[in-house]
Formats: sequence, C-alpha cells, structure tokens
Amino acid sequence: MEHVELFFKSIFIDNMVFATFLGMCSYLAVSKKVSTAVGLGAAVIFVLAVTVPMNWLLDQYVLRPGALTWLGAEYADYDLSFLSFILFIATIATMVQLVEIVVEKFAPALYTSLGIFLPLIAVNCAILGGSLFMQSRDIATLGLAFNYGLASGIGWFLAILAIAAIREKIRYSNVPAPLRGLGITFIITGLMAIGFMSFGGMLTGGDEKTEKTDEAAQIETITQDKDAEEPLAEVSQELNNK
Amino acid sequence: MALLSKKDRGLILDPLADNNPITIQVLGICSALAITAQLKASIVMGISVMFVLGVGNVVISLMRNIIPSKIRIIVQLVVVAALVIIVDQVLKAFAYELSKTLSVFVGLIITNCIIMGRFEAFALGNGPWRSFLDGIGNAAGYALILVVVGFFRELLGSGTLLGFKVLGDPIAKTGLYAIGYENNGFMLLSPMALIVVGIIIWVQRARNKALIEEN
Repeated sequence: MEHVELFFKSIFIDNMVFATFLGMCSYLAVSKKVSTAVGLGAAVIFVLAVTVPMNWLLDQYVLRPGALTWLGAEYADYDLSFLSFILFIATIATMVQLVEIVVEKFAPALYTSLGIFLPLIAVNCAILGGSLFMQSRDIATLGLAFNYGLASGIGWFLAILAIAAIREKIRYSNVPAPLRGLGITFIITGLMAIGFMSFGGMLTGGDEKTEKTDEAAQIETITQDKDAEEPLAEVSQELNNK
Repeated sequence: MALLSKKDRGLILDPLADNNPITIQVLGICSALAITAQLKASIVMGISVMFVLGVGNVVISLMRNIIPSKIRIIVQLVVVAALVIIVDQVLKAFAYELSKTLSVFVGLIITNCIIMGRFEAFALGNGPWRSFLDGIGNAAGYALILVVVGFFRELLGSGTLLGFKVLGDPIAKTGLYAIGYENNGFMLLSPMALIVVGIIIWVQRARNKALIEEN
C-alpha cells in the first residue's frame, strides 16, 4: 500500500520536472526530438533507480546522527551529515562511470543508444536532487528508496517525452519570432506544470476505500495517457520520415 | 573600472545581458525557478552561486595544468561540493530559517549547470584572474534574472518586497487594497516561475533581434 502510494505520488504529484524543476537543463537541451528524449529519459530512470538506494544505504549507515553505532557504542555520537553532498555526488559520479563500463561491455546496442547521455547524467540535477529529497523526506526502508528512485525517474521520463512530442509539433506552427525556441518551451512547460498540479488532490485524505478507487482512477488515466501518447509519437515519427 | 582592461570588462558585463547564462546559454535553470517565490531567497541564492562560481573558477584555473582530462569531471565535482558545503554550513549557522526555505537547493548548486559549464568552457583554458572575473560576471547574470523573477513573484503574489508590505496591508485594507486590489496567489506557485522567465526571454529577444532562434 505504502509502495503504491509513494510510486504514484513520485510520478505525478511530486513530478521532478513540474513540481520541483529538477533536471531542467537537460530537459530543455535534449527535448528537440522524441528519439533522443527517450534515450536520455531511460538513462535517467536507470541511474536514479540505482543511485537512490545506494545513497540511502550511505545515509543510513554512515551519515545520519547515530548512524555509526554499528561500529561500536563509542561512535554513536558522530553526526557526519554535513558530508552528505560530497559523498552523494561521489557515489553518483562513480556509479555513472561504472554503469557506463558495464553497459558498454554487456549491452553494446544499449550503449550506443544511451552512450552519449550517460556522462551528462552525472551533472543532472534530477539525480542529485533525488538523493537529497530521499534524505530530507526520511524515506523509511531500502525498498521504498528504490521505489522512490524508480518512480521519480519515470516521472522525469514522462515529462521529457511529452515536451519533446510537443516541440516536434510546434515546428509547424507560427510562433512569434522572439518567443521561438526557448521562450515558448518555457511557457509550455509552465502550462504543463499547471496541468500536473491537478494531480495534487489524488492521494490526500479519505479512508482506505476511497483511496483504492483513487488508485483505480489513476491507473486508468495512466493507460489513457499511454494510449494518447503513442499515436502522437507515431505521427511525429511519420512526419519526420517525410 | 579603470583597473580593468576593455576585454576584462567584457567578461563581467556580457553575461549580464547578451550572453546571460539563464536566458541565452540555458544553464542553471533548475535552481533559478524553484526558489524565486521570495526576493530574499533569490538574493541569497545569487550570492551563494557567486561565491561558489568565483572561487571555484579560480581553483580550477590554478589546477588546470595538473588535472588529467579523463577525470576532470570528478575533480570539478569535488571542488564544487567542498565549496557548497562551506556555503551550506554558513547559511545554517547564520540564517537558519532561510536555509530551511532553500532546503535541498543549496546542495543542488553542485549540479548547477552554470558552474560545470563555466569550468569546462572558461576556467580550464584561462588564467586565475580572468577566470575569477568570468565567474563573477556569469554569477551576476544569473543573480540578475533570479532577482527580477523574485521581485515580480513576491510583489504580485504576496504584495511584499523582502517581507515589507509595500502595497499596504491586505487584512486591514490599507494602501492599494483599499481600492479592491487582491494578491494573485497564483504567482507563488511554481509554474508561474517558468512563465515569468518565458516572458523575460520574450522581452529580451524582442529588444535584440540578433538573439532570435531559428526554430
């Protein structure tokens, strides 16, 4: 129950892009074509799902006040949380490097499609932001941390996929010259963020029963979203081919 | 400005307008949007970034000949992370309330693309003094956008500036509120930051046609 709630909350309500503006730089820079957006989005899901649980372990057993108790009672007073930035970013940078090597070795096809994006990801705010939010929101277990990383990644993926599809379409419309490119992308993202705010009421309040119906509704909307998005992507693909 | 040559002056002044990190280079947007609901937070964020970028640029520039290019990203991240820890600890010690408002976004200065971008593009190839000027200039351009966005969002959203009630008291109905003015609470929500930045870009490009993009 907890897991399902966190999963949908991280995808829709606390969406990385629309609620907290994380990873905006790559979101704006790599969203010109759907195919590259999909590559980067997949890499983000992957890296978030790996680094958030890693950093959770680090936070739980090294950094937080009293975390070093497992070394012996005399270490119980240490509070290393001021080191979290440097340790988190080190974990992320090494994990990205490691993932790159492993993927290159065992899945060359995936490497060629993700390859150029992986090094970029080390400095994507969404990745470090995922770990920092994990820390500040006190995620309770390792499983939940994994769930949080995965779901945040999926949320980011959906956002970049949607904006890339819109930007492919908008090339055929007559945007005022000074707004072309960056300006209109900002404003569209703002409008999309307002749309995503409507998900805010979904998981609040009610007893067990109403929550269940809420979730059913969510699952429905997700499948609808998928249905709605796929033809869109296909159409833009066709247009590209032409 | 007598002590700066013309070229050096360009390093500081260009990023303020025609080569602004946010509106033209599209770097460092994440933090620019999330913390601009209050003017005070925007100013503190601008100053923090200026410190990190100025000092970081000098450090990287001094080390530019001894960093092996393969691991330079990790070296850069370590330098930034160390500087950001200093900023974070100072904020926690002297402005605790504010550091709560900024929450994770102080930490996210580490992955602020402006910083890595300037390290890569400038500090690795130039001397310490010019790198310092470049760092200060770019951070000032970043801070300028932050302050403009923060100004409009706080003024229109809560009718205050830096916490002072410049438009009168909404409860006692003084000042502008006496003639029926209402705060636009929408400005405080995060999507409006995107739209305000979009409008800034629009205005800037309408004034300077050379900046207009192809598509």
